[in-house]
Amino acid sequence: MSKVDTAPVANAPVATGMPAAALGAPSAAYTAWLRKERIRHLGVRGTQGAILIAFLLLWEILPRAQLVNPMLTSYPSALWPTFLDLLKDKPQQVNILVHTWGTVFATIVGFTAAMVIGTIVAAILWWWESLYKILDPYLVVANAMPKTAFVPIFYIWLGATASIYAMALAISVFITILMIYSGFQGVDPNKIKLAQTFGATRWQILRKVVLPGSVPTMIATLKVNTGLSLVGVVVGEFQSASIGLGYLIQYGSQIFKLNIVMTAITILAIVSSVMYLAIHWLEAAVMKRR
Amino acid sequence: MSNSPISSPTNLRPKRSDIVESKAAGPAKVELRDVSLRYFTPETETEALAGISLTIRAGEFVSIIGQSGCGKSTLLSLISGLMQPTGGVVLVDGQGVDKPSPKVGYMLQQDYLFEWRTILENTMIGAEIQGRDLVAARDRAKTLLTRYGLGQFFDYLPRQLSGGMRQRVALARTLVTEPDVVLLDEPFSALDSQTRIALADEVAEVLRREGKTAILVTHDIGEAVAMADRVVVMSRRPGRIRSDHAIRFYNGDGQRPTPFAARSTPQFNTYFKMLWEELEVHVEG
Ligand SMILES: Nc1ncnc2c1ncn2[C@@H]1O[C@H](COP(=O)(O)OP(=O)(O)OP(=O)(O)O)[C@@H](O)[C@H]1O
Ligand SMILES: [Mg+2]
Repeated sequence: MSKVDTAPVANAPVATGMPAAALGAPSAAYTAWLRKERIRHLGVRGTQGAILIAFLLLWEILPRAQLVNPMLTSYPSALWPTFLDLLKDKPQQVNILVHTWGTVFATIVGFTAAMVIGTIVAAILWWWESLYKILDPYLVVANAMPKTAFVPIFYIWLGATASIYAMALAISVFITILMIYSGFQGVDPNKIKLAQTFGATRWQILRKVVLPGSVPTMIATLKVNTGLSLVGVVVGEFQSASIGLGYLIQYGSQIFKLNIVMTAITILAIVSSVMYLAIHWLEAAVMKRR
Repeated sequence: MSNSPISSPTNLRPKRSDIVESKAAGPAKVELRDVSLRYFTPETETEALAGISLTIRAGEFVSIIGQSGCGKSTLLSLISGLMQPTGGVVLVDGQGVDKPSPKVGYMLQQDYLFEWRTILENTMIGAEIQGRDLVAARDRAKTLLTRYGLGQFFDYLPRQLSGGMRQRVALARTLVTEPDVVLLDEPFSALDSQTRIALADEVAEVLRREGKTAILVTHDIGEAVAMADRVVVMSRRPGRIRSDHAIRFYNGDGQRPTPFAARSTPQFNTYFKMLWEELEVHVEG
């Protein structure tokens, strides 16, 4: 007479991921709702596009109408020829793709290192809580320090290449540590207690509860430190590089060719957008499980 | 009658049922001897439990009831080995408990399923932590989930299940590691009353059939009586054992009725009333 065996699917799950096929043809209200949702979505996308176009138009029209000095801002249509020109390798000047890749590569190295180091340090601080209590004020101050002040010193200490990576790391690693640590702290203590009821060691708790439980925080952290890392690289390149978009900006402004500066900045904007999209996809892929 | 820790002077209590004798089951499984526990915080110390002595025999189903804050959860944490007593000893199978042991399974008040693991993976967590044979554990997990009506949901995520289903996953997770002793801390408190009674039925039956020793903490007097062989009442903080009642239903065939059937017996009402009054007397005193 086991009720247990017969208990099954009688109470259907509160399905969020289950096909609602059982309902048959969609009702008129549902169709209307879907249409409204789609219109709203298109509205958001459309407005986003309109803002971008409006910005580019203003940037094109204002200088041409001499309302702002074209020497200072250049304009979009002038950037394309500049870009094509920069694509060519010249005696003292490698092509712009090499510059772009230099910056992108250093940025990737920077935020990857920040992520890895930040997670390890956060794990160590989680393990020894007293260490966290001791280091907390130093971390907060280190994070608040304007790291760009160290650009010249890093250049002297580490040389042209390493100083760029160091700046990318320095600017992003402290916030990474602080954010991931607070993510670790935020894991529901009852989940930890649950693991402990099975006799979990501290190491098991870290691996099976704290780390997987902090994945959303890690994604949020990644969003912050990719941007910061890019800042670090460009600032580092101002000082020391002969390759990289930061260098190109510096060079262009010294010889007063704003077209070069604006082209480099536009490429930076594109690089940022691509990084944003990549993280967005990563987030969507990871969050499917939650 | 050796098992009578009641020191309360009052004899206002109506019909006192028999003090539990060793008749019920096998040898002592869980034993607390003069256990006390104090919590320390920077501001103050709290005496949560004082002078608790309690013996629970193998195969017994014991309910513990008492006011909020009287130390019921603390008592379970001590038996599970999550905490050590500040005084006295806790024994499981005659051995002192100093850390969580695979012999004791603890089903917490809420399911605390990991949202990043599927139902099957959630059910396996204890086996993973204890380093068991994962192939065997997987089979057992599947068997248990299927038995609890979750056969089609192995690869679902916790958020796709209803509260009652999640509780059943939590039960399967507790039982995959095959503990002898199962501790249940208000395991149904998050459920609506009908699901609650149905699930209590399932759980009691599963645990009896598998011969587990079970300790159930609850606020619900009816649940305590319907499910258990014995009800222990705790006094207010610091928690002591106030009384200890054997619960027997006489229904001809000698079999204990299911919790659901028990609720409609005359004995149920008698026990309910007695415990109700005992807790009420307690509020005033
Ligand atoms: N971590 C803690 N630190 C300090 N005091 C605590 C701690 N946990 C519990 N207490 C105190 O110990 C007493 C017993 O707590 P416990 O959680 O065991 O009660 P309970 O009987 O389970 O209550 P409830 O029925 O509300 O769950 C309470 O008065 C509580 O204030
Ligand atoms: Mg409690």
